[in-house]
Amino acid sequence: MAKVLVVTSGKGGVGKTTSTAALGAALAMSGRKVCVVDFDVGLRNLDLVMGAERRVVFDIVNVIQGDAKLSQAIIRDKRIETLHLLPASQTRDKDALSAEGVARVIRELREKFDWVICDSPAGIERGATLAMRHADIAVVVTNPEVSSVRDSDRIIGLLDSKTEKAERGERMDKRLLLTRYDSGRAARGEMLKTEDVLEILSIPLLGIIPESQDVLKASNLGTPVTVGSPTSAPARAYVDAARRLIGEKVDLTLPDDRRSSLFGKLFGRRAA
Amino acid sequence: MSLLSLFSRKASAGVARDRLQILLSHERTTTGRSDLVAILREEILAVIAKHVTVDRDKVQVKMDRGESYSTLEVDIEIPLPAPVKMAV
Repeated sequence: MAKVLVVTSGKGGVGKTTSTAALGAALAMSGRKVCVVDFDVGLRNLDLVMGAERRVVFDIVNVIQGDAKLSQAIIRDKRIETLHLLPASQTRDKDALSAEGVARVIRELREKFDWVICDSPAGIERGATLAMRHADIAVVVTNPEVSSVRDSDRIIGLLDSKTEKAERGERMDKRLLLTRYDSGRAARGEMLKTEDVLEILSIPLLGIIPESQDVLKASNLGTPVTVGSPTSAPARAYVDAARRLIGEKVDLTLPDDRRSSLFGKLFGRRAA
Repeated sequence: MSLLSLFSRKASAGVARDRLQILLSHERTTTGRSDLVAILREEILAVIAKHVTVDRDKVQVKMDRGESYSTLEVDIEIPLPAPVKMAV
């Protein structure tokens, strides 16, 4: 059965789009049919991070307004056959998304794909609530930094109240993806530790993505980091997170950008 | 770098954690509902405005949200009636 996943955070710039591309590519590389959906109408960027910006013809607004069929708007990735992108519109604003239209598009995507990954816009407004509305599972992307943690707490509140699952009285499956983590600084007490963020937000941990130059390089090249630099620390962390999403038990090691991961060995632990 | 600044640098993550815990314990109880301290502030000001003309600039409201209790300090300057001129 298809799973709809929302990648959300409240705060901007914490790595939602990067994580959507990296997780989507990792799931697709395991053979699953994946569609990543850009909900950031007006400020689309997932196409750029996926390297498909020159191939966008139709977008989600065209599909919702009946100007294009879903199959016409979906772009197939050139590197991974099972990876697809439904881009956002660049010229319209978020009001161009209707609640009924989004529901219909998600319903159709569920029939075609194993995983539908919705990249939420920043903020807590309409665009963000529409992106999370139909989700079965939410990945909350958080930086170990006070404003990001506070905004994630707000988003967790919305996930528990404004989604279809919450309205049916079911519990939303929420997982924390801690990004831009510097294990050295955390160990020196200069950065919130994983334990601190987990204790404050009280949701299970999906993964820890280390701060790394490979992430910027990946977006420069328009290649998800899990595809372009598969042996890098962030790519391995995203692949492990994707494996946890499909239900595998994967030990959590704190990946370090240095190849000999001493911290990973010292602080090895299991994900919740 | 002095010894003190070295120490405070070390402690910053702990400060961040404590600030977040206090802040979020408030935000979780107030989000979706109205904030009790904010309601009290507005109603207290309304009651006083009913009886005396209060210059909004002369009102100082201080709130301090703590872990176990919050304080609301309302400092209002109430103007005296115009002084009566004494006949000599």
